[in-house]
Amino acid sequence: GVSGSLQHELCSADGSAARQGDEREEGLRETAMYGCGFSAFRLELKEMLESNKESLKLEAMKRIIGLIAKGKNASELFPAVVKNVANKNIELKKLVYVYLVRYAEEQQDLALLSISTFQRALKDPNQLIRASALRVLSSIRVPIIVPIMMLAIKESASDMSPYVRKTSAHAIQKLYSLDPEQREHLIEVIEKLLKDKSTLVAGSVVMAFEEVCPDRIDLIHKNYRKLCNLLVDVEEWGQVVIISMLTRYARTQFTSPWQENNEKAFYDSDSEEKRDETETKPYMMDPDHRLLLRNTKPLLQSRNTAVVMAVAQLYWHLAPTHEVSAVTKSLVRLLRSHREVQYVVLQNIATMSIQRKGMFEPYMKSFYVRSTDPTHIKTLKLEILTNLANEANISTILREFQTYVKSQDKAFAAATIQAIGRCATNISEVTDTCLNGLVLLLSNRDETVVAESVVVIKKLLQTQPTQHSEIIKHMAKLFDKITVAMARASILWLIGEYCERVPKIAPDVLRKMAKSFTSEEDIVKLQIVNLAAKLYLTNSKQTKLLTQYILNLGKYDQNYDIRDRTRFIRQLIVPNEKSGALSKYARRILLAPKPAPLLQSAFKDRDRYQLGTLSHSLNLKASGYQELSDWPAVAPDQSVRNVEVIEPVLGGPLMLGLIIFGLLLLGGLLLWVSSCVVQQVNEWVPTVGKSKPAKSAKSEDKFYSDSEGEQVDRKGSKNSSSSSNDSSSSSSSSSSSSSSEGPTLNCWMLSGLAVSEPLALTPGPEAGFMTSHPSSLQVTVQPFGPVKSHELLHHMSGKGLSARYHFPRQPFLYQPSMVQLQITLTNASDQPLEGIHLGEHSPASLTLHRFSPVERLEPQASVTVSMGIDFNDSTQAANFQLCTKEAEFSVSIQPAVGELLLPASLTQADFEKEQGKLLGMNETSATITMAEGHCSSAVLNKQVRSMANLGEVITGHNNTHRFAGRTVSSGALVLVTVEKREAADATITVNTDKSVMASMLLRDLKQALASA
Amino acid sequence: MYCSCCFSLPNSSGFSVATMNGQLKKCHIAITSFIDSCSPFLIPSSLSPSLCDSSHNLDSLPIVAVEMIHSLFLINHSGDIFLEKHWKSVIGRSVCDYFFEAKEKAAEPEDVPPVLQTPHHYLISIYRDRLFFLSVIQTEAPPLFVIEFLHRVVETFQDYFGECSETVIKDNVVTVYELLEEMLDNGFPLATESNILKEMIRPPTILRTMVNTLTGTSNFEERLPSGQLSTIPWRRSGVKYTNNEAYFDVIEEIDAIVDKSGTTVCAEIQGVIEACVKLTGMPDLTLSFMNPRLLDDVSFHPCVRFKRWEAERVLSFIPPDGNFTLMSYHVNAQNLVAIPVYVKQNISFFESGSGGRLDLTAGPKQTMGKTVEGLVITVHMPKAVLSASLTATQGSYTYDPATKVLVWDIGRLNPQKLPNLRGSLSLQAGAPKPEDNPSINIALKIQQLAISGLKVNRLDMYGEKYKPFKGVKYVTKAGKFQVRT
Repeated sequence: GVSGSLQHELCSADGSAARQGDEREEGLRETAMYGCGFSAFRLELKEMLESNKESLKLEAMKRIIGLIAKGKNASELFPAVVKNVANKNIELKKLVYVYLVRYAEEQQDLALLSISTFQRALKDPNQLIRASALRVLSSIRVPIIVPIMMLAIKESASDMSPYVRKTSAHAIQKLYSLDPEQREHLIEVIEKLLKDKSTLVAGSVVMAFEEVCPDRIDLIHKNYRKLCNLLVDVEEWGQVVIISMLTRYARTQFTSPWQENNEKAFYDSDSEEKRDETETKPYMMDPDHRLLLRNTKPLLQSRNTAVVMAVAQLYWHLAPTHEVSAVTKSLVRLLRSHREVQYVVLQNIATMSIQRKGMFEPYMKSFYVRSTDPTHIKTLKLEILTNLANEANISTILREFQTYVKSQDKAFAAATIQAIGRCATNISEVTDTCLNGLVLLLSNRDETVVAESVVVIKKLLQTQPTQHSEIIKHMAKLFDKITVAMARASILWLIGEYCERVPKIAPDVLRKMAKSFTSEEDIVKLQIVNLAAKLYLTNSKQTKLLTQYILNLGKYDQNYDIRDRTRFIRQLIVPNEKSGALSKYARRILLAPKPAPLLQSAFKDRDRYQLGTLSHSLNLKASGYQELSDWPAVAPDQSVRNVEVIEPVLGGPLMLGLIIFGLLLLGGLLLWVSSCVVQQVNEWVPTVGKSKPAKSAKSEDKFYSDSEGEQVDRKGSKNSSSSSNDSSSSSSSSSSSSSSEGPTLNCWMLSGLAVSEPLALTPGPEAGFMTSHPSSLQVTVQPFGPVKSHELLHHMSGKGLSARYHFPRQPFLYQPSMVQLQITLTNASDQPLEGIHLGEHSPASLTLHRFSPVERLEPQASVTVSMGIDFNDSTQAANFQLCTKEAEFSVSIQPAVGELLLPASLTQADFEKEQGKLLGMNETSATITMAEGHCSSAVLNKQVRSMANLGEVITGHNNTHRFAGRTVSSGALVLVTVEKREAADATITVNTDKSVMASMLLRDLKQALASA
Repeated sequence: MYCSCCFSLPNSSGFSVATMNGQLKKCHIAITSFIDSCSPFLIPSSLSPSLCDSSHNLDSLPIVAVEMIHSLFLINHSGDIFLEKHWKSVIGRSVCDYFFEAKEKAAEPEDVPPVLQTPHHYLISIYRDRLFFLSVIQTEAPPLFVIEFLHRVVETFQDYFGECSETVIKDNVVTVYELLEEMLDNGFPLATESNILKEMIRPPTILRTMVNTLTGTSNFEERLPSGQLSTIPWRRSGVKYTNNEAYFDVIEEIDAIVDKSGTTVCAEIQGVIEACVKLTGMPDLTLSFMNPRLLDDVSFHPCVRFKRWEAERVLSFIPPDGNFTLMSYHVNAQNLVAIPVYVKQNISFFESGSGGRLDLTAGPKQTMGKTVEGLVITVHMPKAVLSASLTATQGSYTYDPATKVLVWDIGRLNPQKLPNLRGSLSLQAGAPKPEDNPSINIALKIQQLAISGLKVNRLDMYGEKYKPFKGVKYVTKAGKFQVRT
């Protein structure tokens, strides 16, 4: 330690003379390269950095990084390096960042010069640049910029890019370590980010939570269910952090599922009394507790061993006893991974196998030792095998142990003998077998094996000394051959302890010992004194002189322990005037029955540490270790986890009821319209038939039974009973809001209905629609020609079910922030398909409106259903499952950016006004050469609008075309200008504050218009 | 069937360049020249003294250090630290002394305990490719988290440089540093997917190194990556190939212990499916098996949709670009594992202790009618064995007196003429007859066979129009295959 830290001091002192070894070699090379000394090399670097050539600068930075990597000091170059922080070359800039983060702490004043660059980059339209700026800014450990960092973190936490928000979560931890006084402010940011629905952010913010405020468990309540649901989609490192946090959370919020009472009651179910007792407080698992267990289970299949271990420990600490074994297989799988992984996993299995033998017993063979395993792995496997031993498998295990005893690895052979000893004490049936086996080992050629056997035999004999005088005799005979001190001491102790059972041999051994006393090791000498004392008490006639001789030798021994012991023994056993009272009890003191030693697992008490932790691995409390709390006796309030969702989608049946109610109100004409709509949009048919209020509208009923037949009708009514259950729960939460909004909503929906059929478009509902839109700028509906349909599910993979989808480019009538989709389901098989519905979806944050289930689809028939998805203005794919009664198919929809828009109608003046507000970084443009045929206004118009769902703005001149739209989800304006120049050149400009969408839209537009 | 060269790393020409954000120049707008902008600095002067005060107090405050991995040291076989990287404040090299102490105690480098404790830090290390990757952490963190990450680092280096050795790391120290910088932020893993990393930092190729030296250009991507932002972080957007191909290798390994008499003590089959997928666009693949029931326990690349596996036992996934491990599995064979070869062995030492005899014969057992290739038998001899004088009827043998390892490289196993190795062993003068048994390890390879009988049924592609070339290959190998003597 001392020499090491000294060396470190020397290194950090930046004395070029103080460096040694490869440093000198480096110096030589530098000298050779530049023909001058070491400091000249640095000077050279400085010059290179200050030159105008980027290649020179880059080369210099690369060499500097080389120095840093070797752990050498390059801080004196700081002024020269920091000047390049704003360089345009990305690689150079990155290397400067690396340097800056490394040395900013030492050169605080100079580091401050770079800050403004990062502040500016924080406002960059490109999310990656914003993120990278925040990353570096927060890594600069200069206390004076704490307020700037705080501000940057707060702003980035509300950035629209989840990647930037993720970076801000990382920055929270950095700022906290720089200035813990910011804790309260940082907690606010954490609270905000915990609400984030992005899987990208979840892991990082939980990490920040764990570091900054692990005690603020209250921040988790409202996010608990969301975190559980997001978990599968979070990146693997984040999963580990979230799982470990949720383990801690669950132990404070739920009651123990390990109610022993319950299990007893289960077994003694005959006795009525007991059953009554338990019925008074039956255990009901909190649904949130179950949610956690259910959602973590699939992660046992992760390729990341840390994730698997995290789930395993979660099950160990949280799951009901009979469910814990679900993790066994996966843990055993980890044993095929790298050596280091095996080491940690085996440690955890060792702890687990003490409490639950049953879990790993079926996998016993996976713990068989190979000669090629490293010693620490071998020892752990041995530990586990010993833990698993029971009456049934002990013979197999002992046979296996016999092989291990012969191992070349002597430390391991010794450990095996210990293990045999443990099996012998734990399983009384095999004690004798083990003992005999161990006695055989006494004649082994290898000393370590013999010595270890003696020690273990000694322990075993202590447990049942009565019948084993033969073994003691045998060992006494072997005594001369044994040279290992511990073994010799053990035999002497045994002979002394049971000297009355070997009355002839004991004095003889003492005689030999008296001869060799001076050349024995200390522990052996102590046992010789012990043996002498015990024999003196039991057989003083034969041993009195020998004892006195040995006590005299001990009196003048070099070791003071031995001198002490000798003096004590002499006073105790040899009666004289001074000794008085104590010597009367000498026999009772020395020959007291002694408790047998317990042969226990070294992992016996490891379970005080949470599994999978560093503390568990080291078997000591690591700094920062948080104890897992005990289950609360009474569960805290469960309702804290309830989230008042403002359901974006109202319950289906209720909704339909309202629609039909509205239809009735609007009278005959509209009734006609509605039936017309029903005819057009046939997926509505079953749903309408289901809902109770529709019964009064006879036309629908009739229509329904006509087209589908009575069989389906019966099914529909059966279904209505079950769906009414659902509706009752959803209606309770949403009824208040929906009832007040009812009329407007109705009106709005009606217009939506009408709009979906262009023929039925009437001015009345259209006006209603417009007023219901939150913005003052109206969105016009101009459905555009033939729409492209995409494959969703191929009939080969869908077991006969095929699905295609297209974007009808209509506002979605249930929820304006959703993009409407129509899915055509076709049954390509020769069997009818039943119960086609939408299953689970991911990411969990995705909101979508399900289409109503299709009860039955005859072979070769097809049906079109419509659904809505809130893509949240991103082209991230929506993944969900298409389910039939028999199977589930995962499908994915990734929309083109143009489908995330709805056309807006603007006057030219409005357009220009809005465009004026969206300049600067909200403007993206590109110049292209248009394809031959695309030059005419009509074709251009068509091309643009087929690509993106935009409305044309009527303009005066021919050469400029303007298009306007709003993003479906957030309603942000998107303005596109195509300006024709000479020949076929044109400039495309996109103005919007959604910069990601802008660049994607621009790319698509370029493709659509440019010549091939 | 296809040749092994298909599995080489994608070179620079294999990468197509397409951007998600389209424009490049926007990236640079915000970062203008440095000199003219540094003056208006934003901290009010009244604020700074108080801040400085608080920074002085920092030492007295109870700060919990806030990172998973604090520092990384790379240490070679002989114990020199040749690279260090700190993700937070610098930790002196002296911390490694505790590790060196443990290394001294261990007989083999593999025996160094992976988790160590020092007065102020914890050391977690892995040993791979004759290098130690030693990470320093300061607070409680799951050890497997760190270990798994360190292995990812090694795999990334292998992926980038073809191998992971001291020379290669020293030669590419800048790229290594850039990689480490991207892989961890503040000690927490940031980008560990090879596909994302390659979008940010191009792997070196000989040609590019030359061009870079001549022109001074960089090995950085000139555009910013999109992968980190997408919902499928393992795949880049805009992948293009002229030849679209997807290859799957089903590789099974037999782990077994066979006792002296030839009885199987334990045996199991582990398999992996290694894939090499070079497909344009965003293909969505579905791979199904004839007999998925064989698979007892599985783990997947994150791209595999687990729900689909649960429901239908098919692998449905959008593949990463290039080489990756699609899944690994364990076969539920309940000890009915076919053992392809047997080894008849007789190794004995004379009572006098002067020497001994060795006689080994290998033969086919259950090979399912295929040929056993690449058969290598390794014997770890007792310490006392000084040299071996043997004759092999087939192949060649070497005995390393330093490590006491006898390697007999047989090659193809001919069932008509069984290979035999026999001769005498000489012991150190005066050494007693060795008590311990040598152990025999077997390596072998059987082409065109998955020993479990697993068969891929079909591979379908959705989402793209072109017809890819598809291939599946089966190989069986010996894993940890040991014969006890």
